[in-house]
Amino acid sequence: MRYRVDPGLYTIGDAGPDSPVFVTASYKMSFDLLRKALPGISAWVLVLDTQGINVWCAAGKGTFGTDELVGRIQSSGLADVVSHRRLIVPQLGAPGIAAHEVRKRSGFQVVYGPVRADDLPAFLKDGLKATGRMRTKHFSFMERLALVPMEIVPAVKGALPVAAALFVLSFFVSGFSAPRALGRTIVVLVSLSASIIAGAVLTPLLLPWLPGRAFSTKGFYAGLLLAVCALLLTGTLYHSNMAMVLAQLVSIPALAAYLAMNFTGASTFTSLSGVQKEMRFALPLEIGATAAGLALWIAALLMGG
Amino acid sequence: MRPLLYFSDVVTLTFDADKCTGCGMCLAVCPREVLRPSNGKVEVAWRDACIECGACRRNCPGGALKVKPGVGCASAMIDKMLGRKKACCVDDDSSPSCGQ
Ligand code: SF4
Ligand code: SF4
Repeated sequence: MRYRVDPGLYTIGDAGPDSPVFVTASYKMSFDLLRKALPGISAWVLVLDTQGINVWCAAGKGTFGTDELVGRIQSSGLADVVSHRRLIVPQLGAPGIAAHEVRKRSGFQVVYGPVRADDLPAFLKDGLKATGRMRTKHFSFMERLALVPMEIVPAVKGALPVAAALFVLSFFVSGFSAPRALGRTIVVLVSLSASIIAGAVLTPLLLPWLPGRAFSTKGFYAGLLLAVCALLLTGTLYHSNMAMVLAQLVSIPALAAYLAMNFTGASTFTSLSGVQKEMRFALPLEIGATAAGLALWIAALLMGG
Repeated sequence: MRPLLYFSDVVTLTFDADKCTGCGMCLAVCPREVLRPSNGKVEVAWRDACIECGACRRNCPGGALKVKPGVGCASAMIDKMLGRKKACCVDDDSSPSCGQ
């Protein structure tokens, strides 16, 4: 679901010819964050058409870009309503905006504001100067916590059909006995839950403290920990059948590593080159180990474990 | 808290001091403190922190900074490999994200 603001020129408070001009994206939350950060300040807000996408992501795609900004300055008639020639553009929009080109093409000078809208009042007070801290993108525990639900939901969505399919499989193998099939499926459910907790919850939260640079490595260690917990929880269910134990020990860390790898996009310190490097070594291992875990589980099933 | 770092020595960032005029734009746009002032120009102080966002390259009038920009997002790359349309980035601006 996307929430949009119509592109164009808006006013906050009692904006006049001398009021500052802030540029933002047509994503409603970008617009609202900006407005909320400027209580009691009169200003112009120029909303660029980013198709409802936030500044950082739209800048990466180029929709929050030089062409759109120059075009929007013209179509909104900004030059006629303000007497100065200065725009405050969020720093996270810089990947899409070439300040020197904007100046050449529109006459407006781009000043990059702080990374976070919260810092805008201090930035304005300091005569449009951002401190090093305002210029840096952090990734705090709370920020990571806020992202956890977005990691869990798709993981659970992916896990449910798998659990259902494996239930059907064990139903057939166990001679159409629903209770026995259910027993086997519980092991699967516990394993999948352990993987999701390790990869989609623990890894994001414990990111700075888990060993390794690759997200997959971090997820692997979190998964190993959870695999041991899962074994303690379900071991009695299958009387310590060796194949089942191995299945859990192999697949939980592998799935956790895979889920952890998917957190690279939500994090704020990964690079495309780095993710390519990580995927080259980690993805085959993750797929291979998960397949091995599945094969072991099926073997345990056939052995009646 | 110690800053989070990804791999060492992977990013495509390059800097050509001969083309640098010392305008300082790259210092203003880099969200990772990769660059620092040096003798009226800049220098790469912390290359491993670079996330290849491309902000410095885009805003360098002299063309001194080069980087192959992109988003370090495994799920988008997997979606691309599977031929699915990339569902990227719906998040607030305080936590740039390429999540769901
Ligand atoms: S933006 Fe380019 S020219 Fe300006 S200081 Fe940085 S490297 Fe030098
Ligand atoms: S690409 Fe982005 S993170 Fe890397 S040096 Fe340039 S501005 Fe900084």
